[in-house]
Amino acid sequence: MADLLIELFSEEIPARMQARARADLKRVVTDGLVQAGLTYASAGAFSTPRRLTLTVEGLNDHSPTTREERKGPRTDAPEKALEGFLRSTGLTRDQLEARDDKKGQVWFATITKEGRPAADIVAEVLEDAIRNFPWPKSMRWGSGSLRWVRPLHSILCILSDEAGATTVDLTVDGITAGNTTRGHRFMAPDAFTVNNFDDYATKLRRARVMLDAEEREAEIRQQCDNLTFARGWTVVPDDGLLSEVAGLVEWPVALMGVIEDRFLDLPPEVLQTSMKEHQKFFSTRNPKTGRIEGFITVANIETPDDGATILAGNQRVLAARLSDAAFFYENDLREANSGMTAWADGLNSVTFHNKLGSQSDRVARIAALAREIAPLVGADPDQAEQAARLAKLDLRSAMVGEFPELQGTMGRYYALAAGHDAAIAEAARDHYSPLGPSDEVPTAPVSVAVALADKLDTLTGFWAIDEKPTGSKDPFALRRSALGVLRLVLTSSKKVAFSSVLPHPFRRAEADRFINSFEDAPLILGSGISKPLLHSIESWNAEEPLSSFVRMEDENVPHNDRERVVAQMRADVLAGQPEKVRDLLSFLHDRLKVYLRDQGIRHDIIDAVLAQDGNDDLVQVVNRATALNAMLTTTDGQNLTQGLKRASNILTQAEEKDGVEYSYGADVKFAETDQERDLFTALDTAEPAIKAAMMSEDFPAAMAAIAALRTPIDAFFEAVQVNTDSQIVRRNRLNLLSRIREAGRQVADFTRIEG
Amino acid sequence: MTSPNQPRSFQEIILRLQTYWATKGCAVLQPYDMEVGAGTFHPATTLRALGSKSWAAAYVQPSRRPTDGRYGENPNRLQHYYQYQVIIKPSPPDLQELYLGSLRAIGLDPMVHDVRFVEDDWESPTLGAWGLGWEVWCDGMEVSQFTYFQQVGGHDCKPVSGELTYGLERLAMYVLGVEHVMDMPFNDPDSPTPLSYGDIFRQTEQEYSRWNFDQADTEMLFQHFKDAEAECARILGAAETDSAGRRIPMAHPAYDQAIKASHLFNLLDARGVISVTERQAYIGRVRALSKGCADLFLTTDAGGATA
Repeated sequence: MADLLIELFSEEIPARMQARARADLKRVVTDGLVQAGLTYASAGAFSTPRRLTLTVEGLNDHSPTTREERKGPRTDAPEKALEGFLRSTGLTRDQLEARDDKKGQVWFATITKEGRPAADIVAEVLEDAIRNFPWPKSMRWGSGSLRWVRPLHSILCILSDEAGATTVDLTVDGITAGNTTRGHRFMAPDAFTVNNFDDYATKLRRARVMLDAEEREAEIRQQCDNLTFARGWTVVPDDGLLSEVAGLVEWPVALMGVIEDRFLDLPPEVLQTSMKEHQKFFSTRNPKTGRIEGFITVANIETPDDGATILAGNQRVLAARLSDAAFFYENDLREANSGMTAWADGLNSVTFHNKLGSQSDRVARIAALAREIAPLVGADPDQAEQAARLAKLDLRSAMVGEFPELQGTMGRYYALAAGHDAAIAEAARDHYSPLGPSDEVPTAPVSVAVALADKLDTLTGFWAIDEKPTGSKDPFALRRSALGVLRLVLTSSKKVAFSSVLPHPFRRAEADRFINSFEDAPLILGSGISKPLLHSIESWNAEEPLSSFVRMEDENVPHNDRERVVAQMRADVLAGQPEKVRDLLSFLHDRLKVYLRDQGIRHDIIDAVLAQDGNDDLVQVVNRATALNAMLTTTDGQNLTQGLKRASNILTQAEEKDGVEYSYGADVKFAETDQERDLFTALDTAEPAIKAAMMSEDFPAAMAAIAALRTPIDAFFEAVQVNTDSQIVRRNRLNLLSRIREAGRQVADFTRIEG
Repeated sequence: MTSPNQPRSFQEIILRLQTYWATKGCAVLQPYDMEVGAGTFHPATTLRALGSKSWAAAYVQPSRRPTDGRYGENPNRLQHYYQYQVIIKPSPPDLQELYLGSLRAIGLDPMVHDVRFVEDDWESPTLGAWGLGWEVWCDGMEVSQFTYFQQVGGHDCKPVSGELTYGLERLAMYVLGVEHVMDMPFNDPDSPTPLSYGDIFRQTEQEYSRWNFDQADTEMLFQHFKDAEAECARILGAAETDSAGRRIPMAHPAYDQAIKASHLFNLLDARGVISVTERQAYIGRVRALSKGCADLFLTTDAGGATA
């Protein structure tokens, strides 16, 4: 048994790549060792900015010798066949053995593969790993052709056991593996030898390198806590920043500074973002004022002046950065106070998509849609429309130009500065949400209206220009938008009938697409048709008088031109629209399935619900699916499903055979058995109960009502033969089954339920 | 930062860098005599990064970025500034150490400061060039760009050049402890005629900012762009042998026109007359010129072609 230690020592590895690289090194090397026949007890990978390290413990000294027996041609087969067999096994004829088989004598070959020393295998596997390492981006340097993330300087590769360490014999593009490494770039730059992993980690620590990123993170956290504790402050937690910073230092030394008073009026998000993005500083908060008043920078060195020079330098850099931010903020506030009209104009010149027009076209569409959605989610339509018009203005602000991640956040500040309602300002901030699956979902009605409108405009827009996601390609993140729609609707539990909502944004998107499809859009608009007018048209029916979508007062435009353009628009804009609405709705359903599957609701259960009417109200779909799911976990529910399916099967077969539909006229007077009569009674009770429950969308009650049919249905099938000789009785029973089927259909399509 | 080893003026920092890189074997060149956006555009970098021949050069390059003009008011932004550029091919294995030596030479001791190499990939769409490297941070400030060129003009760099770019004003302001660029001593403050950066450049920053943003004749600039583009294409397409039968491909004269086109594009951009969609098209046109020049350079002696 031996332990393997590998270190690949290079120039600074980007922080964001280190975690993946650790995992890849471990996977690639251990997989290679195992494939070559070695086994090992455990492995661990580490990284610092300058090194990738792998330790593998309990590795065999040799790969095992293997014997493989292979059956060849019969001994009386043609010479050609034997030659082929010898070639493929690499043996000579005298090494073969003739054995009796079922149909005569057959040649057998025994191929022995001698085990190989671990060092040879390690050398091969490591060279292969280095040459084919899956870096997201790699480079060449000097005159060589080797690729690595940054220039690779040395390779440490040793196998060690009780007897000591041996260096693995390996040279990759002129770099020969050895048993030495170096410490911290400045504090301990000299090379030293190592014997095994423990020795390596200990000596590195002495040479001012903490090998383990997790340990560096813990150390940074600890130092931050100590620094802030002394002052009675707290660190604003930021795990992403923490792991990035841990990837930038080998020996973390946290230093805390105070933000100058003149910057403390900046919004905390601005302070935090500027410090994080530009300087990789942590923010610290003064709990007495609730403000961010300080910063922590993590240096990579201990200095004779205890970091005084470093801190002073960082402080100066921060002051320059925050002066810029303050300058932007003041200018932006001035624009906000004067009504933000310059920003609104500016959105005209920002292209959203060349087929869908500018950002201001998009804002116009979103505003109209937000107004339509508002009543459905309990928002005031005027407020929703106004919020939508304001929501994207901050894209033109200097601050968002500098820090795109502050979009929305700044929108709120500027909307407030411009004197708008808090609800409108918050919608400006929250209308991008939710972005990810775990992102917080807005619940304030105006925010929900604008957030929904924003996402539905994205979806209908890209559907209108046929840019739907395909396979793994989703360049416009439409799946994310769809998930956002679902979460908004479900979280606020609002009834939004998408099949009646979607045609409106579609028509506007199609109209914009139509306009932008002309090289010379003004020509079309010159015919007297304005964009807002196009958007506002309620219906594109051919019966609609021309005057409803053309400004008739524009006498310069010949009447014929108008008619021609309008006819063209009608044809173009309306074509395929119902199909696209259906398609988008089914895309939403697909996302809903994924979403509900993650919540533990089976695919077939959702399908059973989606097959029903009313499936465009997603809240209702989810409530039905949840109730159905709950019922199906009970014995009653499972047996009921069987009974319903059985009823449906018998009925379908009979209907096919007889060529008629059995759907009406079951009469209790033709019932021959108590079980039949009981079922009639049960249905008489259940049917109105189900109907009432469905009407009031009380799905658990509907499920309870239908579940009550389980016992009578089971008893009925137990006692009764449906297909009897008496045609009257048979027809009556089939009609009775049809009542069962109908009762089921009220709730879900049970035939889709599996098992 | 008051020890006797500390430089006292902007020019002293430049002189120390010149001396340092000269002792490390670089040919100390003079600035290229054309308007460029960055030191990389100097043919000593762009063209010499191509081909197999070894190369080592260092130089100051005055650079112009018309959109960065702030009438001399912003403490850190200028439309005309200086870059210090070092290019060594093939990149030596100790390039990082050499670089750190240059920081020591200008008074930044890495044992007292926090010097870090932070990922930053470099790409120049107009040059059809990219490389991997870092921005070098000193106490949280970016003091240099450090790049291993992978491609220039669409050609793989073999061998790879190592390129160092120092933003001289920002670096010097940090070393000298100055808050506003215009307050920075240009020559020794104890000279008989002490001159600040502002004494030399405040007025020109104002003049050029006005011209760049408001006055430049865009019709004329568009025409000059077309002229440069046409002349570049003509030079690239000219017969390789002259009337005396000598083979003289004219890679450098052609490249001058590409540089011109690039700067004219920057001026037009500053005047705000290039829309977002047109932007890409203009960048593509300049890139096509750069690429043509790179192709031609590779057929020349300096480009490593064997006759």
